[in-house]
This record gives sequence, structure tokens and C-alpha cells, in this order.
Amino acid sequence: MAETEERLRRTMMFVPGNNPAMLKDAGIYGADSIMFDLEDAVSLQEKDAARDLVYEALKTVDYGTAEKVVRVNGVDTPFYKDDVRAMVKAGIDVIRLPKTETADMIKELVDDVAAAETEFGREEGSTHVMAAIESAKGVINANEIAAASDRMIGIALSAEDYTTDMKTHRYPDGRELEYARNVILHAARAAGIAAFDTVFTNLDDEAGLIRETKFIHQLGYDGKSVINPRQIPVINAVYAPTKAEVQNAQQVIAAIDEAHEKGSGVISLNGQMVDRPVALRAQRVMNLAKASHLVDEEGNYVEE
Amino acid sequence: MSKNNVGVDIPDSILNQYDYKPYAGTKLGNPVSQRVAPTVRAQFGENKVVDSIADVVKAEVKDGMTISFHHHLREGDQVFNEVMQVIIDQGIKDLTLAPSSLTNVMNDMVVKAIKAGTITHITSSGMRGSLGDAVSHGALKTPVIFRSHGGRARAIETGKIKIDVAFLGVPNADEEGNANGMTGDAVFGSLGYALMDAKYANKVVLLTDNIVAYPNTPASINQTQVDYVVKVDQVGDPDKIGSGATRFTKDPKELKIAEEVNEVITHSPYFKNGFSFQTGSGGAALAVTRYLRQSMLDKGIKASFALGGITKPTTDLLAEGLVNKVMDVQDFDKGAADSMHTNPAQQEIDASWYADPYNKGAMVDKLDVVILSALQIDTDFNVNVLTGSDGVIRGAVGGHQDAATAKLTIISAPLVRGRLATIVPKMTSITTPGESIDVVATEIGIAINPKRQDLIDALSHIPGVPVYTIQELAAKAEAIVGKPKEIEYTDRPVALVEYRDGSLIDVINQVKD
Repeated sequence: MAETEERLRRTMMFVPGNNPAMLKDAGIYGADSIMFDLEDAVSLQEKDAARDLVYEALKTVDYGTAEKVVRVNGVDTPFYKDDVRAMVKAGIDVIRLPKTETADMIKELVDDVAAAETEFGREEGSTHVMAAIESAKGVINANEIAAASDRMIGIALSAEDYTTDMKTHRYPDGRELEYARNVILHAARAAGIAAFDTVFTNLDDEAGLIRETKFIHQLGYDGKSVINPRQIPVINAVYAPTKAEVQNAQQVIAAIDEAHEKGSGVISLNGQMVDRPVALRAQRVMNLAKASHLVDEEGNYVEE
Repeated sequence: MSKNNVGVDIPDSILNQYDYKPYAGTKLGNPVSQRVAPTVRAQFGENKVVDSIADVVKAEVKDGMTISFHHHLREGDQVFNEVMQVIIDQGIKDLTLAPSSLTNVMNDMVVKAIKAGTITHITSSGMRGSLGDAVSHGALKTPVIFRSHGGRARAIETGKIKIDVAFLGVPNADEEGNANGMTGDAVFGSLGYALMDAKYANKVVLLTDNIVAYPNTPASINQTQVDYVVKVDQVGDPDKIGSGATRFTKDPKELKIAEEVNEVITHSPYFKNGFSFQTGSGGAALAVTRYLRQSMLDKGIKASFALGGITKPTTDLLAEGLVNKVMDVQDFDKGAADSMHTNPAQQEIDASWYADPYNKGAMVDKLDVVILSALQIDTDFNVNVLTGSDGVIRGAVGGHQDAATAKLTIISAPLVRGRLATIVPKMTSITTPGESIDVVATEIGIAINPKRQDLIDALSHIPGVPVYTIQELAAKAEAIVGKPKEIEYTDRPVALVEYRDGSLIDVINQVKD
């Protein structure tokens, strides 16, 4: 899982699997992850067509460095098996299981994925999975779900179904999600995987999106699901480090490099010891700074 | 066959028959030309107001003449169809139609007039819809001549277009013909293109639904130029003249391209105090104005002038003090038209002042930055704004060739539209030479004309704006939509595309059915 650990996942953009124009353009908006949806966005009579369309898009369109995720139909639907097989065959990066309630559901998915990898000659273990938590039961079992498989890269809160299950609905202040957000985040961190916050559905309320993103950023979430490309720069701006954070990270990395050159085991900066958490945080800040175009490829601050 | 400077083979028969030189380049030198003047029948305060279009047509329009109209009323125009129907009804034949442009609302009437033998020649900025389709399928015996707005001004001034009778719809006029575009129900703002007709036509007929007290000021067209004022019920449908309240696009792809265009402008050497710019009226162009405004505020930069076709976002910049002057040849929405009425820093300019390459200096010569659109762009940076991927005429030169002479010309266009590539190895026709195009901005990144090493240096390291070669962009487009079958044409020319100096840049042939 080392290679997935450093990947930025500030935004996971939903793309309806039955919309050719949106499938074609999904790569241009700078989403860190693109989630092709075969589930809720696609009506029953279009399930097969959408699966074919997403398969062809994955084979044809260049999505650059974005992580390619597909939301398959649930395990209890007749579409699930074909979805998994087609997407593994197409070389998808991550399969997202909706309405995940138990670790066993993830284990079943992983078995199906492994079988498909063998069937289509894909490298064993190359297809990752993630879980969407959409119910009270899923939240209660979040720890086991997050740790269910080495293929797990993340766990996401899906608030629309969850709030319905909780006999409430979404409020602007998000207090109804407090418990679920914290449980899912802890489950993710304990398992060493990513945590994705739910979508912000009011496209015209940019202030609300900024407020909610700042909140989940403060909690420690990796990022947020988005339903429109216009939300991506807004979320990225919240995740962009400050100039002071970048400069501090540059100093930490310089101190590490200097210590390595000297062969010194103990690294210090301004009289403070640079330990592993400090070093990791500095690396993450530099990754974010690069993705936010605040520093160039060599890590130098770009003065506007 | 003669190969012109954009590699188009032009049959010598066409050059000889229609008296053309092949397009030779964007550098025009200092050509010397003779301006023509209209014939004038003196009047001494007689009432010029008449009620009947038919009487005016009967008195003034004869077989074989050249008649003109303007397109400032756009899709709300009610003058063109009314006048043309009268002309058809009177059985007049063999006319040359020479409007500033043709909008969709005129299409069916022009087709009808062609079928009736009333119109046998057309010169225009462009045409679309059923008319473009009819012409591309050979409806006219002689080819249409497409000219840019500046090119039309040149052709009128030098007598290549000799207008016998101009029919000009105006939202107000007094009894002697003093008129402007700024008040009345059919307000459209600048009369920029029509001013050429008013100045150079032998007979000038104003049509208005709003006769006001004499003397009417400010007078854009004045009584010294006008022969008749015809009172009509309505010159235009206000709801269709402009786009109403301008709304910014929410299309994420257009916004992405607009943001990129703004990055190109603000990272270019031209983005400094006193710079000048022109944007179009499309969704992406309007969005660029919004991004540009923020960049101007952030950097404390103000523009000396905005030029061309004007929209409300641009007049808002004027009101905000971010732009010193707006030089206005036409207004695309009511907000821009109203601003012209109330803000003295918004100057009405005619098409010659705007863009004529044969006068003593046009405003486009002073233009730093322009954002233009394209139907197709080829790998030599040539641009097509006239013909669709099927080879059928469906566009207009407009000010494209003229404004493209700016110091920084940016084409904003999606890499593909639906299942059609925008950037292609070979276009269906060439409108604007690649020599005048500097940057192409698409949703996936930009291409910079290799002739502009200075821009390659300035624009190659903008964070988040990848730079490709134009060939790479064409290859990416082809990878998405595949390679289309070549369009088949007959040998028969249906349209000649002039460059702004009157040389021949391309010939559009009839499409095979």
C-alpha cells in the first residue's frame, strides 16, 4: 500500500457512466480521483449501456494522472458481477462498493476482483477497492470494513443515504454527520487508508462548500467527493498550504537532506528535533504545494 | 493553378475571372488607394418621411443594382424580410445583396429571393442555416464573396462594393434622417457597420418605428446622408436583438478554457498598464472578461481601451474604471447598448475606423490582445470560422481576420465538439492565416505558434497550463474522435474568401451530395 499512501485525494469527481460528453471530458478538470458511476446515476434500463460506455472510455480516453475509480452496482443487484468483471478487464484503479455494511462484503468484492484479474490476465493485486458507508450499520462496522483487505485504499461517507437511515436529513451546519465523520476518519487512519468526505450538493452555495471543506480539512480528511467540476478549484484552494507552511516544509526537507549528507542520524531545525511525523507532514505539505501550483517541480516557491 | 501563402491552390481561371491576387501574407505595406464618393441628389428641407416601402423601392431599386442592409438588429431584425418581400413582389431581378452580414432570421427570405431571380450575387461577412446550405449546394450561379468587417469597409471605400440603395433600420430618426441606435424600442447601440452604408451608398433609406422631434441628437447617421425616412410598424423584436441580460456560462469546460486564456494573457508581456483588448461574445469570451477583471484588480492594472463587439461585462469594466475607453463597433446585449447611451467614454466607431486595412490607420493596429473563436484550426495555426466539418457554409468572417492582427491573438476553442475534432490536419476552408495566430487555448492545454519564440519563453511554465505542439493537440483530438472521411466537393466554386486586403485566401467549392 506504500504507493497509495502519498497520493493526493483532495477531490473525487462523480461522473455519470451514461453520459458520453462528460466521460470524454472528465480528465480535464484536475480532479485527483475520477469516479465513474454505474450505480445511482444510471437508470435500470441503461445499466448495460453505461457499463459498455465506461469500459470503452477507460480504454480510449487519456485521464492523465487521475486515479480512476468506478462505483459498481451493489452486491445485491444483478449488475454487480458484470460490473466488476468489465471494470477489472478495463484496468480500473479502484472499485468502489456502495452501501457497504460489513467487512464480509468487502471480502466478497475482493474475491470477485481477484477472480476477474485471473480471468482477464491482469496483474494480481493491481485492482484496489474502497468502501462507501451509507448506513448506521456501516458506520458501526467501519473499523472492520477499513481493515478488511490489503486492497483497500479508502473509505467514504455517503451522507444522503446515511442521514435517511438515521431518520434525519442534511443541515447546513452538518452536526447530524459529526459521529459518522469522526468514526469513518478514525477507521481510515487506523487502517492506514484514505478518508473521503461526502458531497456538497448545493452548487450555488460556494460559501457553504468552503465552510464545509475547511471543517473536514481541519478534522483530517483527505478530501471530498464532488458532483461538479466547478467545486474542484474551491476545494483545492482550501487544501493549499500557506506560504509559511511551505517555507517551513522546505526548511525541514533541507535539514533532512543536510543531515543525510553529513551522515548524521539526528536531524534538527532551529534547535528542534525533526522526527518522523514532522518529516511526513513536511512531505505532504510539499505534495500539496506542488499540486496547488505554489511551488515548481524543483520545489521552489512560485512568486506571483 | 497558383498557390497562395497559406498553401491553397487557386485556379488561374478564378483569379482572372474575378480579378484577384492570391493571398500573399499579413504584412500589407502601405498600399495607396483611391476612395470613391456616392452620387448625391440635393434636397432642401422637403419632408423625407414616407409611409410606403413599395413607393421607395419602385422609385429607387432597378434591375442589376447593389442593395445593402446592416445586421445590428441580429435575430430580431424585421426590416430585411419586409423590404426583400416588396422587392421580390415588384419583380426586380439580378440584384447584388451586400449587407454587413446575414443573420438566421433572413435566411429563408434570401433563399426565396435567389429562387425568384431577384438576388443573383451576394457579398457578406457570413451566412448560416438554410441559406448557407443552399449556397453550398450551388443555389447561386456566381460565387458569394466573403469579406471581414474591415475588408467590407475597404471594399466600400475603394468602390469594389458600390451600393446603390442602402436600407437601414434604426430605432429612432427625425423627419430629415438624423438617427442613432441608442433610444427607442429596437435599441441596439452602436451603428458601426451601418455607418459605412450611410456614408457611401448613393441612396440611403432609413426605416424606423420611432420618428422623433427634429433635430435628433446625438446623430450617428445625419441628414446630409439620408434620402428617405420610412415609417414602419416595428424595426425589430427587442427580445431577439440582444442576448438580454448577459449570463455567465456555468459550463465547466468553457470556464476551464476561459481560465486558461486569462492565464495566457496575464503571463504575456502585454499585460501591463495601458494595454488594450478585444473579446468576442461567446460564453468562454464572457468568462474571460470576468477572470481578467479579477487579475486586473489583483495586479492594479488598467486597460487603455476595449475594442470591437461589446458586451455588458466589458462596459462594466468601463464603469468600474478598469478600462479607460470602449471603442464600440457593435453591441451584443442591451446592457452594452444602454451604456453607450449614458457613458461618454464609450465611443461609437465605424467599420473603417475599427478595422479597414486601407485607411490611414485602424484601431485594430493598436490592439494588444484579442480572444477569438474557431470552427476549425489546422496544424499551421490557420483558422476556419466559415465552413462546418461537412464543408457547408455556416459561419461568418466577422472581425476575425482584422482583430487577429493584434500583438497577441488567442484562439479559444474546445479540442473536440461532440464527435468532431476542432484541431485538424486539414480544414474545410481557411478564413484567417496562421501567421496572425499566436496561441490556441483548449481545455487540455495550449499550443503556441512556433514563430513566437518570445511567447514560448513567456508562457511555457505557467502552473496548470500544459503546453503542447499544435500537432500534438491534433493527434489528441484524433485519438478521441477518430479520422473522418474526407469531404467530397465538385469543381464548382460557391464562395470566394477574401483576406482583409482583398487578396484571395480560399475558394469554397460546392459540396457533393
